[in-house]
This record gives sequence, structure tokens and C-alpha cells, in this order.
Amino acid sequence: MAQNLHSLNQRGRRLVAGIPLVWMILLFLLPFLIVLKLSFSQERLAIPPYAPFLEWINGLPHPALHLSNYAFLFTDPLYISAYLYSLKVAAVSTLFCLLLGYPMAYAIARAPGSRRGMLLMLIVLPFWTSFLLRVYAWIGLLKHDGVINNILMSLGVIHQPLTMLQTDFAVYVGIVYSYLPFMILPLYANLEKHDGALLEAAADLGARPFTAFLRITLPQSVPGIIAGSLLVFIPAVGEYVVPSLLGRTDQLMIGRVLSDEFFENRDWPLASAVAILMLLLLVIPIVLFQRSGVRQIGSHP
Amino acid sequence: MRSSGWFPRTMLAVGVTFLYAPIVSMMVFSFNNSRLVTVWDAAHSPTLKWYGELLGNDEILGAAWLSIRIALIAASGAMVLGTLTGVALARFGPFRGRTLLVGMTTAPLVMPEVITGLALLLLFITLQQAVGWPRGTGMLTIILAHITFCTAYVAVVVQSRLVGFDESLEEAALDLGARPGTVFRRITLPLVAPALLSGWLLSFTLSWDDLVITQFVAGPGSSTLPMVIFSKVRLGVSPDVNALATLMVLLVATGIIVSTLWMRYQNRRRERDVRLAAAANH
Repeated sequence: MAQNLHSLNQRGRRLVAGIPLVWMILLFLLPFLIVLKLSFSQERLAIPPYAPFLEWINGLPHPALHLSNYAFLFTDPLYISAYLYSLKVAAVSTLFCLLLGYPMAYAIARAPGSRRGMLLMLIVLPFWTSFLLRVYAWIGLLKHDGVINNILMSLGVIHQPLTMLQTDFAVYVGIVYSYLPFMILPLYANLEKHDGALLEAAADLGARPFTAFLRITLPQSVPGIIAGSLLVFIPAVGEYVVPSLLGRTDQLMIGRVLSDEFFENRDWPLASAVAILMLLLLVIPIVLFQRSGVRQIGSHP
Repeated sequence: MRSSGWFPRTMLAVGVTFLYAPIVSMMVFSFNNSRLVTVWDAAHSPTLKWYGELLGNDEILGAAWLSIRIALIAASGAMVLGTLTGVALARFGPFRGRTLLVGMTTAPLVMPEVITGLALLLLFITLQQAVGWPRGTGMLTIILAHITFCTAYVAVVVQSRLVGFDESLEEAALDLGARPGTVFRRITLPLVAPALLSGWLLSFTLSWDDLVITQFVAGPGSSTLPMVIFSKVRLGVSPDVNALATLMVLLVATGIIVSTLWMRYQNRRRERDVRLAAAANH
């Protein structure tokens, strides 16, 4: 009987784990292998617009591996500058997210228990409303005859409207704005667990609050900082919507370049190479995130 | 616990204002009569004319209906797959393929959407050439893509809920001779029910809102609501989008408040049951 139960249990377990495993292999892992393969292929004016992977020479299959797409990425300065610009935008936005999000998470974690739930809800609520529409809202605020310029002019602070839309500033604002909850939640999950006794001990020993913060709270919150920063930085590198709606037109981010190569130029192999190179840039942050980040998010209900 | 100083609290106020100011501004200007969106036409406002225009716009209504159908199916599919994943990761200990499953369900959380979108479209095209399925891109491929990235979110939510409860309840039921299926139905499932609800709602929102991945895997004939909005706002601000945003914010806020109250009620009821059970034991 027990043996029976055990085997049933085993079979059930295999099924429970097997279904998502097969699904994700088919729809997540396999597609990346296809992108990888296609990035070594050559563009062709046909449907589909790329050369087959296997060339038949004397009746024998030869894999057709072309490095020309990658070579092209490194020769045309457009791509290098788009990669570097994307990394810069993501890094600066992550830093501002952290500078704004850390004190916010800290204040929530130290708020009385009854108010914490409500404050967290306030942070998360905008996340539930459309990302696209929230980015769009900034057009109305930032544009030349927009709300911010109108208010500043009527207050007499400025006499000429400021150019804010289609600048780096607008992209930073848009990314910080839309990713802020992703920074706050892991930080809050970390800060909430801190032991107040340590800080009290530090205070009893004569440490000033700021010193105690630097020596005790900050080092303990490093895992939260790492998780939050990765959760903002990685998707921000490939961000498409924010730079398309708010960003510069003379300097594209790499997500936009990928999309244009695919949809406008219909160069699928080159678009695949752009994607693979972006993945290579992000592979270390992604592995770091899987090691540390998920535990941080997971600890938050 | 000591309260925080003035600086974090000020930053919290600044941050919350920063989060809500654009939404409030959008809502206010949805009642503005002027087409110039950001110039308040005091003589003829507030007005509901953009709401009227919105309700007469067949393109937007059709796209919204498509988006709702996709989100309903994708959220339900992701809830099933994500629950299986969460249960496997939280309860099964080490098994073959665990590391792979962890990797494949955490990577979508941060993967830039352009990459996922491109990869999925190339998969669908390759499949179509190899086995003739799926036939072209459209609602089906959008649903498959949405289920895939939503599953990762549900898995995290379910897993963290299960990790919060120890396994002793399930073990006790197994020791008492309950079948694994019964244990899952009678114990594990009720435990994770709140996580299932939040996972489903989260997936619905993500699917309803997704633009980038959808743009890749949608065929020429199927435009979801975000795709229609994006093509409209790319050309500049348009007042009926403000009206649409206002309606969506109100809907979401109502939904969140209702589900929070429901969960609070459920928690209170469970606490009461526990207290009653404890009292009965004495």
C-alpha cells in the first residue's frame, strides 16, 4: 500500500513538474536557440527573409555559419553607440531609482504596522494600471506647451518654455517612474526584516543615528539593493516604449534598433545578432539576479 | 521599531506625488474641452465629450474586446502552469530539471521584452514551416506568448506563499492515508488560493497591458488595445486616450480595493476559525 502510494506520488510529481518544464523548454528556451542560429544566417530577399541553416554540397549537409552579422555590428558605429547609450541610460536610471526608492522603502518599513499595508498599496497601485498610458501621461506633462511648462511660466519661474520632451532627461524620468515599484518592493522586503535591537544597541553605545544607519542598516540591506537594482537595470537596457515616446530621435536605444531592424529593414538575421549581443551584455546581471534576486522578491508576500 | 527620520518621510511624500501626479493630470485633462489637451478650456469644461467619442470609436472598442479575451485565457493558462511550477519548486525538493525550471521561470521576469518577442515570433515561424502549426500569427500566438511570460510571475507568487507555510499539514494528511491528489485539493490548494487570485489578476494585467511582445507575435489582422493606443499616441497626445486612461485607472482601483477587502475578510475568517479550534481543544 505504502509502496503504491509512493509510486503514484512519484508519477504525480513527475507530471506536476513536467508540464511547466516542457512548456518553458518549448516556448522559452527553444526560441532563444532559434535566435542564436538565425544570427549566424544570411539575409535573403525571400519569405522567410533568411538563408537556410544547412547548405547541401555534393549531397552532404553543411551547416552555413556566417559571422557577417556580428562583424557588421562592430563596424557600423550606429550599433555600438546604441549599446553604450542603452547601458548608460539604464545605469543612470537605476541609480536615480535607488536614490529615490531607498528612502521610500525605509520610511515604509519604519512606519507603524497598520499604515505599512496602505503605503505599500499606494506604491503598487500605479503598477496595476497601464504602463503604456502612464508613460504617455508624461508627454502631456513634459512637452513644450505641457503642464509643467505652463505652471512654471505662470508662476514666473521661467519665461521661455523648457525643452524637456525628447531629451535624456525625459527618458530618465520615464524609466524611473515606471520601474520605481520594482526597486521599492525588494528593498522593503529586506528592510522590514531588520532587527531594531541592533540599532538600539548602537544608540545606547553613543552612535549617532546616521552613523548607525551607515554601519548597520546599509550593509544589511545590500541584498535588497542588488535585487532591486537588477530588477530595474536589466529590462531598462532593452526598454522600447519609454524612449520611443519620450526619448531623443538622434540617438536610439538598442531595443528600438532591434525592433527597427526587424520591422522596418526586415533584416531578421541582423536583428537576431543584435538580440544575442544584448543577451551577452546582460548574461552576468541575469545570472546574478537568479542567484540573489528571486529570494529577495520571494520573501515578499 | 523606531520611526524613520524626516528625510525618508519627505522622500516618501515626494515619491508618492511623483507616482500619482501624471495619473491625476491625465484624469483632469480627460474632462477638458480643448483638443490642445494641456490647455484648460475653462469656458466649456468640464465635459464628457471625449468619453462619448471613445465609446463611439469602433477601433478602440474592438481592440479592447480582443485584449479582454486574450487576457482572460492567458491569465487562466498562466495560473495553471505557474501553480504547477510553484508547487514543484516549493514542495518537491531537488529533482531533475529543477535548476532549468528555476532558470526558465525567473529569466522572463527581467528579460528585455524585445528579445522575448523576437524569439517567440521566430519560434512560431519556424514551427509553421516545420509542422504547419500555428497557422499564421494572431490571437492564438499572442495567447501562447502571454501565457509564457505570465507563468513566471504566477510561479513566484505561488512559490513564496507555499514557502511561508510549512509542509507538516500536507505530511500529516498523507500519514493519515489521504491520497496525494486529495491532499493537493483539500490542503495545498486552499492554502495557495489567495496567491492564485493575485497571480491571476497580475497575469491579466500584464497580458492586458503588454505592447512589445504582442507587437512581435500579433499578425497584421489582430491589434490589441495597447497596439492601438501606441499607434495613436506616437503621433502626439490625444484627448480620448486620456478618457480611456481614466476609465482604466478607475476600474483597476475598484478591482484592487475589492480584492484587498475580500482577502482581508478571508484572513479574518481563518484567524477566527483557528481561534475557535484552539478554544475547542481546551
